[in-house]
Amino acid sequence: MATLAVTRPPFGGFSFENCKRYANAVIEGEVNKVGCSLPAARKTGTTICGVIFKDGVVLGADTRATEGMVVADKNCSKIHYISPNIYCCGAGTAADTEMTTQIISSNLELHSLSTGRLPRVATANRMLKQMLFRYQGYIGAALVLGGVDCNGPHLYSIYPHGSTDKLPYVTMGSGSLAAMAVFEDRYKPDMEEEDAKRLVRDAIAAGIFNDLGSGSNIDLCVITKSKVDYIRPHDEVNKKGISFSDSQHVASTC
Amino acid sequence: MAAPAAMIPYFGQQMSSKNDLVPDWTRQEVSTGTTIMAVEYDGGVVIGADSRTTTGAYIANRVTDKLTPIHDRIFCCRSGSAADTQAIADVVTYHLNVHSGVIELDEPPLVETAANLFRASCYRYREELTAGILVAGWGGGRVLSSSPPVAVGGSGSTYIYGFMDSNYKPGLNKDQCLELTAAALSLAMERDGSSGGVVRLATISEEGVERRVILGNQLPKFSSH
Repeated sequence: MATLAVTRPPFGGFSFENCKRYANAVIEGEVNKVGCSLPAARKTGTTICGVIFKDGVVLGADTRATEGMVVADKNCSKIHYISPNIYCCGAGTAADTEMTTQIISSNLELHSLSTGRLPRVATANRMLKQMLFRYQGYIGAALVLGGVDCNGPHLYSIYPHGSTDKLPYVTMGSGSLAAMAVFEDRYKPDMEEEDAKRLVRDAIAAGIFNDLGSGSNIDLCVITKSKVDYIRPHDEVNKKGISFSDSQHVASTC
Repeated sequence: MAAPAAMIPYFGQQMSSKNDLVPDWTRQEVSTGTTIMAVEYDGGVVIGADSRTTTGAYIANRVTDKLTPIHDRIFCCRSGSAADTQAIADVVTYHLNVHSGVIELDEPPLVETAANLFRASCYRYREELTAGILVAGWGGGRVLSSSPPVAVGGSGSTYIYGFMDSNYKPGLNKDQCLELTAAALSLAMERDGSSGGVVRLATISEEGVERRVILGNQLPKFSSH
């Protein structure tokens, strides 16, 4: 006896019908027949990471944005402002990370005015995960959210489908494996600020030199209770005209 | 009689797969491969889980906490899609706190209530969700919810059905339940690639919730190699 599954039309929530139509290559097939190809979304191939140290959080990112196999932007900024005490690195589709962080930044400012308090990192995390879950992974934004609030420093990784992890050190993006290798080797709890900055710099450098989707410079953002240092660029490891064999720019291990 | 699978809409991730620079696993959904378990004893319940979350073949989080508090003495063990289970757990926590717990009843909610809330969400959106959830806690007159009062779940649970059948005896006390859970989870983690990391345990009783972690090198060992 065959079982009959009754499909009901989806009710409530966003409709993803057009995504299915596109994926089934109706449009792509037509375009390819004419000899063109659809423009690829600009992605930040990316290495992003964050680490919690004694007094706060250090966030790091590379600065390469790719469009297919071509570098579209050699010096793009991947560390986005969320609130005076919270910043967010973004990997995945560049437009998605940019717009998502701007929307949540705006909502968080309104929320902060309404509560009369400095926003908490957990609030930003909740807002981001609920929005990404609502769009079921179609918004390709993988984020590293970090900040310091009344409860201390916090660090979250947020995936495109809306799941989050709260950890002392996180990496995201295509270079995340290279960066995570550096973290797993050298992370210690309660590091000093300079050690944490050096660790993040080395982790991003590992991503830049070992992952094709990451490259150019290293940006850092150090957030503590009293200050925010947005250091762009922190380290220019790929200066124009200097080839790898001439330079001393190898990821330091000291 | 058409195959029902063809009629179910597929909401998978279909971003441009032509981009070779961005590897496949960055686009995979995050899944708690998992082994989860709950054992009742006289006076409470012991729950346990492994701590591995994967995106494809990469371990995204090796110290995940899959034992999520829903209320003071009600927990849920999550397996399946990390995003789906986190979202459902948040929704149920909200409902239990606002409508059942504080505003309407102002008394501790029953474990059965929490389980029904989970069931409502999971069934309503069953086409779109991938979630396997164990709800366990202390609260409400009924103690025995199944016979024997043991539940396992997740991808690693298949490896320990035999172990549970042969080693569970009725009338175990709290410490014996903890030992049984730790042993079962270790065995599953040894054999299932999607389970691993540390063992997280929690004991829920009238006195409250007691949590502990068993690190990798402290897990019970069963084989000599």
